[in-house]
Amino acid sequence: MNWSYIQEVLPLFGKAALLTVRIGLIGILFAILVGLLCSLIRQLKIPVLRTVVSVYIELSRNTPLLIQLFFIYYGLPKIGIRTSAEACGVAGLAFLGGSYMAEAFRSGLEAVGKIQHESALSLGLTGMQTFRYVILPQAFAISVPALVANVIFLLKETSVFSAISLMDLMFTAKDQIGLYYNTTECLFLLVAFYLVILLPVSLLGSLLERRVRHAEFGT
Amino acid sequence: MQSLGLEVLFKGKNFERLMGGMWTALRISLISIAISMVLGLLLGFLMSRGNRFVRGLMRCYLEFVHIMPQMVLLFLVFFGTSKTFGWNLSGELSSVIVFSLWGTAEMSDLVRGAVTSVPKIQYESAMALGMTKGQVNLHVILPQAVRRLIPQSINLITRMIKTTSLVLMIGVVEILKIAQQIIEANRKASPNAAFGVYLTVFLMYFLLCWPVSLLAKRLEKRWG
Repeated sequence: MNWSYIQEVLPLFGKAALLTVRIGLIGILFAILVGLLCSLIRQLKIPVLRTVVSVYIELSRNTPLLIQLFFIYYGLPKIGIRTSAEACGVAGLAFLGGSYMAEAFRSGLEAVGKIQHESALSLGLTGMQTFRYVILPQAFAISVPALVANVIFLLKETSVFSAISLMDLMFTAKDQIGLYYNTTECLFLLVAFYLVILLPVSLLGSLLERRVRHAEFGT
Repeated sequence: MQSLGLEVLFKGKNFERLMGGMWTALRISLISIAISMVLGLLLGFLMSRGNRFVRGLMRCYLEFVHIMPQMVLLFLVFFGTSKTFGWNLSGELSSVIVFSLWGTAEMSDLVRGAVTSVPKIQYESAMALGMTKGQVNLHVILPQAVRRLIPQSINLITRMIKTTSLVLMIGVVEILKIAQQIIEANRKASPNAAFGVYLTVFLMYFLLCWPVSLLAKRLEKRWG
């Protein structure tokens, strides 16, 4: 292990990690928005949009992110839709993640017992109140483990961004290996940086899961 | 109307070549799936029994494979082994190794989850009825665990097929690489080929994974 080399490239990897985290977070945010929108459309059973959402979810869940990115980044410009690599990364993550988030929200909403809805209504709450104060908190708590799993999954998926020439961790590692052949050091840094990014999220997730488990009541 | 670049597919053997590339990717995933299923079942049972040392060791392996992106694992095996051990693994062999390691971890976790998800009262009731331990496992626990396990492992299969697309990054000539070659070769004749060809690849993956995940969903609904 060549420590002086590691010290030298540490800032480079740091910058790459920041890019990974930044695009990952923005992408996840959009994915959650897309997921919320989709589950809202499904919940309200809006006629045409509902079919669109179903088609989108099947398309997005059954294709790999790498292929989606290739299509968005190299394919779409040919019909006049041009995006920067970063915007493309965010769009890809939102396209892939939206369906996973939608499924997580849906399973949460479905898991809340029907009797909760009926009891709330018979206590004199309006439909909106029932949704806001009774259904939503329970549904959210139930879907937290799935949401956390999705966030980790999406952060891991960011590793394919190097394919569309974003200078993320994978790109930097491959670049350095190609230039200086310091394979051991680069792989070590790669693993270390991904651990630094992903381990806290994973720990935070299991902490959160334990906390919201109290909410699983009366289902 | 601009051309969508679909005409490239019907030139020469282009479509056949794409199919060949798909098969290369699929072959890697099928071999890894077979290995992961067998090893995952074994390790999963080991984890749900096993002594503390074995379980601790397994936990470390599982957590590491879980948390690392599959791309990193590919790099570790493909570049790492050549430097440290001087092995010259081909891209295909490295990807089979990585996807088997990863699939085994995921599968053993599913098995452990399925076995522990059977309520404790099922054991106790069966014991109270006078069944031996072996009988309890065979007639009571196993059928219930398998019902949970099968839809989930089918889901894992589609995930593994999708993840195989990553092997492009360590230089395996699979469907995406062939798509790139076709687009490059036809750069002059049909400049819009990228759209049509990548769309085709996208749809091919979809047509491969969709029926499998439909099956999983159906089984889940029936047995859930």
